[in-house]
Amino acid sequence: MNSIYASRRRSDKIIKVLCYAAAIFGVGWLCLILYTLLVNGLVGLHPRIFTQMTPPPGVQDGGLLNAIVGSLIMTSIGVAIGTPLGLFAGTWLAEYGRYSKLTGVIRFVNDILLSAPSIIIGLFVYGAIVVPMGGFSGIAGSIALAVIVIPVVVRTTEDMLNLVPNHLREAASALGMPRAYVITKVSYSAARAGLITGVLLATARVAGETAPLLFTALSNQFWSVNLTSTMANLPVTINNFVNNPDPNWKQLAWTGALLITVTVLSLNIIARTLGAERKPK
Amino acid sequence: MTDMALEPARAAAEPAFDRARALSAFKLGDKTFFWVTRLSALFVLIILGGIIVSLIIGAWPAIRTYGFDFLFTQRWAPSLQPTPILGALGPIYGTIVTSLIAMAIAIPVGLGIAIFLTELCPMPLRQPIAVAIELLAGIPSIIYGMWGFFVLGPFLADHFEPAIVSAFENVPILNTIFQGPASNLSLFNAALVLSIMILPFITAISRDVFATVPPVLKEAAYGVGCTTWEVVRNVVLPYTRVGVIGGVMLALGRALGETMAVTFIIGNSFKISGSLFAPGTTISAAIASEFAESDGLHQSALILLGLLLFVLTFCVLTAARLMLRRLERKAGA
Repeated sequence: MNSIYASRRRSDKIIKVLCYAAAIFGVGWLCLILYTLLVNGLVGLHPRIFTQMTPPPGVQDGGLLNAIVGSLIMTSIGVAIGTPLGLFAGTWLAEYGRYSKLTGVIRFVNDILLSAPSIIIGLFVYGAIVVPMGGFSGIAGSIALAVIVIPVVVRTTEDMLNLVPNHLREAASALGMPRAYVITKVSYSAARAGLITGVLLATARVAGETAPLLFTALSNQFWSVNLTSTMANLPVTINNFVNNPDPNWKQLAWTGALLITVTVLSLNIIARTLGAERKPK
Repeated sequence: MTDMALEPARAAAEPAFDRARALSAFKLGDKTFFWVTRLSALFVLIILGGIIVSLIIGAWPAIRTYGFDFLFTQRWAPSLQPTPILGALGPIYGTIVTSLIAMAIAIPVGLGIAIFLTELCPMPLRQPIAVAIELLAGIPSIIYGMWGFFVLGPFLADHFEPAIVSAFENVPILNTIFQGPASNLSLFNAALVLSIMILPFITAISRDVFATVPPVLKEAAYGVGCTTWEVVRNVVLPYTRVGVIGGVMLALGRALGETMAVTFIIGNSFKISGSLFAPGTTISAAIASEFAESDGLHQSALILLGLLLFVLTFCVLTAARLMLRRLERKAGA
């Protein structure tokens, strides 16, 4: 009898130790990656990063200004296109089509798009925008990012609107408000924090995306704010600099990586704190 | 809400208030809003359709030229004249091998963390650790790629791989799988980085589905004297099996399509080698590294690779969603 107890206790101990080890393993990687990024990125963090263009190979100094600006432009346009579309689509799913068969189909397709490889999105935009337009362009990059934003926003919008208690809608309808006004005045304000969370998460998701930009916006060594030509952006610049032996480029790539990671992680944390405040239980 | 209360006051203040006009404006706004949202919802379907159509159109020349042979040809010679010889076997092999190794590492670790978080972890630490793990998912994949390229790859090549190679030197089969020379760029390195990337997905979903187990079931099991491991194995895991598998499939979908992290560290070699420590390529890495400089049939073949990847991930993701949905229904009922 005692041997059975002992063996049960032993296997329980082993599994517990393994679970602790797994948790340390997981958190350890995060710390290790952040540590490497900080050590390598901070060395090159200098005001000129934000005031100078990317340097040609072999030249010292230089910054990432054009890449940072390009990334900001494309991310903003992508989010600006994707957010309203996603918001309205999510609204339809949660408010009008809650009991429609089509909703199931759209939700399913949206889930597929949500986890579709981002490089496929890049190929799609290449075929749909870049080829007809006759060349790589910043606007193609923005559209690729918008296609990634849409499913994220649709998903969070639908989830958040579904959490709005129905009696709020019923009360507004009873006052004679048309459906559209019930949604915009009542549902949206009740779910506001959640909706903002969704947009922030979507922004965080696209801010670091590289694959869809590789052959839509390409990149640019120079100052580029023209949406119809190739546009510099941080992720692709990092991609190009990493594979180059030039130590200055390597340093710039680390600094750029640090900038992206800090941006993305802070967006994530802001979104989480915003979302946590309103999470109904 | 405040402007709702103000509305009647303002209406009364305006003498020339035309009720019919206001009503029709209301109706128009209502209708417009309905159609705008409805069209946006349909737009989601259009995107998927657009992706499929544009991939098929782009891949059509390659489909016509290579047909089914594309799947079974290993040679990748895009500059051969007059027609390049292109085959997808290398990238397909690399995609499947790296994903499987990544899953083999990430599933036990991810489940371990989820069990730790739901059963073992002291309460005040649960939230911070869960957030830390989820932040791992937020780090852009290019960062993982850089880190694998500059830090993990050299470390493995210097310290880990030579040891494994010499340990299995005289074991048949294993000495082919773990064959030197150790390299910064290899299938194994790519798989390891992938496993770190998909870890948070597995953990997050497993934790969510573990939370659906009714506490009374667990309490009953603990009550009759089960150890933590016995509760997990006999109560939690059977109850959540479908959801866990769904989460795992979702992570597999990620692993199959992951691009940037893999492109840096896999070495981009289309030749299939028996060794895990040799360079290889995956579908997404091949597209990412060659597409911008490709044209004609070469480009079409790369798009065809993309189409294959899309079909592959589509199937995996569909299975994942169906399983997760089944669990949702169970939880809802």
